[in-house]
Amino acid sequence: MTILTQSSDSKPEVQTNQEEEEEHGDHRMFGLATFLVADGMTFAGFFAAYLTYKAVNPLLPDSIYELELALPALNTILLLVSSATFHRAGQALKRNDSKICQRWLLLTAGLGLAFLASQMVEYFTLPFGLTDNVYASTFYALTGFHGLHVSLGAIMISIVCWQARSPNGRITNKNTFPLEAAELYWHFVDGIWVILFIILYLL
Amino acid sequence: MTISIPPVNEGDSIKLQPKGFLRYFSFSLDHKVIGLQYLVCGFLFYLIGGVLAGAIRIELTSPISDFMARDVYNQVLTLHGTIMIFLWIVPVVNGAFGNYLIPFYVGARDMAFPRLNAVAFWMIPPAGLLLISSYFINGAAESGWTAYPPLSITTPAAGQLIWIFSVLLLGGSSIFGGINFIATILKLRRPGLRLMNLPMYCWAMLGTSILVVLSTPVLAGTLVLLSFDIVAHTGFFNPALGGNVVVYQHLFWFYSHPAVYIMVLPAFGLVSEILPVHCRKPLFGYTTMVYSIMAIVVLGFVVWAHHMFTSGTPPWMRLFFTIATSFIAVPTGIKFFNWVATLWGGRISLNSAVLFSCGFIINFVLGGITGVALAQVPFDIHVHDTYFVVAHFHYIVYGGSVFVIFSSIYHWYPKFTGKLLNENLGRIHFLLTFIGFNLCFAPQHWLGLNGMPRRVAEYDPQFTLVNQISSAGALLMAISTLPFLWNVFYSAFKGTIAGDNPWQALTPEWLTSSPPPIENWEGSAPLVTKPYGYGLDPKAIKNESTENIEEEI
Repeated sequence: MTILTQSSDSKPEVQTNQEEEEEHGDHRMFGLATFLVADGMTFAGFFAAYLTYKAVNPLLPDSIYELELALPALNTILLLVSSATFHRAGQALKRNDSKICQRWLLLTAGLGLAFLASQMVEYFTLPFGLTDNVYASTFYALTGFHGLHVSLGAIMISIVCWQARSPNGRITNKNTFPLEAAELYWHFVDGIWVILFIILYLL
Repeated sequence: MTISIPPVNEGDSIKLQPKGFLRYFSFSLDHKVIGLQYLVCGFLFYLIGGVLAGAIRIELTSPISDFMARDVYNQVLTLHGTIMIFLWIVPVVNGAFGNYLIPFYVGARDMAFPRLNAVAFWMIPPAGLLLISSYFINGAAESGWTAYPPLSITTPAAGQLIWIFSVLLLGGSSIFGGINFIATILKLRRPGLRLMNLPMYCWAMLGTSILVVLSTPVLAGTLVLLSFDIVAHTGFFNPALGGNVVVYQHLFWFYSHPAVYIMVLPAFGLVSEILPVHCRKPLFGYTTMVYSIMAIVVLGFVVWAHHMFTSGTPPWMRLFFTIATSFIAVPTGIKFFNWVATLWGGRISLNSAVLFSCGFIINFVLGGITGVALAQVPFDIHVHDTYFVVAHFHYIVYGGSVFVIFSSIYHWYPKFTGKLLNENLGRIHFLLTFIGFNLCFAPQHWLGLNGMPRRVAEYDPQFTLVNQISSAGALLMAISTLPFLWNVFYSAFKGTIAGDNPWQALTPEWLTSSPPPIENWEGSAPLVTKPYGYGLDPKAIKNESTENIEEEI
């Protein structure tokens, strides 16, 4: 990100412009955080819809909506641990230890994939399908939308991991933005999961 | 162009962008180019939406359905609403003027994220074309701009799905724009420029962008669920499958009531820029303006269910939303009185920009009064879904926002082009628009009070005469576009040279050449701490701002 700095023919201004640019700094994290707020509002809309159905639309007598707790509890642990491992990756990068950083990133991506796999297992063992009743639909819409976020996150982490490679990687302790951005996103996705777990499974 | 040397930074890649007229058709990163792209693109869609409005008014000159088939009428009114809201007013009051002016106002050379900005603009033309093309493919959506289920689930699916997809694209564009405005206003301010020194339009855009970022995603999620209902036959909003249509209405209006403020808050900001310049007086009550904008933003989130008083809303909810909605009249009233106080005792030059701004004040206060009336449950139940609502809504978005868009074009055209618009043509444009608008929409209050339902091609013959008066007003509005179009084209080539600052304005966008250079200012950005310092001793202002700059250095 830069502000447009130089005109095609006025050389003397370059100096002042560069100063300004430094003063303006890097606002990409701010932009990403704003975007995540917007993204969070999408989830908030889904949660609001689900809670409203709970409050005003009783489950029809012959419809099935039963959730087991074991697998999603395991999923919660997987994601929470992956947030911690991502944090360790960031710390390693700050020490300029790219090997260790990559190892933590791989572990994080692995945990994300394990989460997705376990989510698939849950999908295939549930006694209801997408169109069975409105609770089932909302369940799949919410977990599916979250799963999409996890998948995107896993892809992002893989790219970051590749870019953090030691000799020629783009990501070093001088350019930490891609890693930090992916980390903020990942923490956001984990946070959403915790709320989702409480609302869908515990309430 | 040198292809062998890859661009090393943004500055170089900008040099590779096309120059001259061609740059308006390119993926330009210059906020001024993007602003004008938004403006011209929005105006083209306004013309299309206007033709559709004309078709509606022709159909309604007679009580029977004779001009077009009934389902075509439904498609036309859906397209009219969607185009006017999502492709004309929202992109123009936010995207066009926001992109052009905000970097000047904060003393920056571009927006915080120029590339995202260009992406946000280029999502609009494809979305708009997609929406209009649906009419020719399999028939456009027929369920109105609200797309209420079960109507939107039971009408032909193809048009509705295309409608959903294009609204999702436009919503995404709007969110990207909002993120950009928030970052630019909060993070890109020139050193020494405090928030409370900013021109009012910055505050309006900050408030609007907060609304955009917090409410548009909810609409996006809702429309995705609606598309599941159509494609996968889920039952979110289908009572037959245990769903609930009222949930859709809640989620929809959680976005679409703030959407009214997204259309009208930037207009408030623009009027607050235009009036002080042409009255040669400081903006009255700057601080109260700022707080009332923020109050509208906060209250705007807790009033949505006043659209749903007849949807089986429980009494406690009706009470809450009536009170909250009535409260919005307070900050809005503060702003109204501030504009009147700004005009009071000023040396007003009655040019086209001021005429349109004054027209806005008159129309908006009328629309505001009917708005407070509609917030009262007993009255609302009587006029819900009648032409009274149509009249109220058009007084806000046409009498409000569109009047301000025209006012802003007359005010900033010299900045865009370096030429002045013809004043006589501008006054004719204003008179035709103002008379035509009031002739078209004022009688609709009466129609609504007497029970003519909205969105229906046929009506009781007793309403014929009033509908014909309304259609005559619409014809005047259509004619009013001609002097405007002629004026804009003629003045671009043969208009009087405006000079850099024809209005002797003090806001930063006028402190550079017209049209401005690509980096906005030749030297470093000026520090304007008193954007409305009119009527003060000009030397005193100059000295003070120089002192400030020296202090910083």
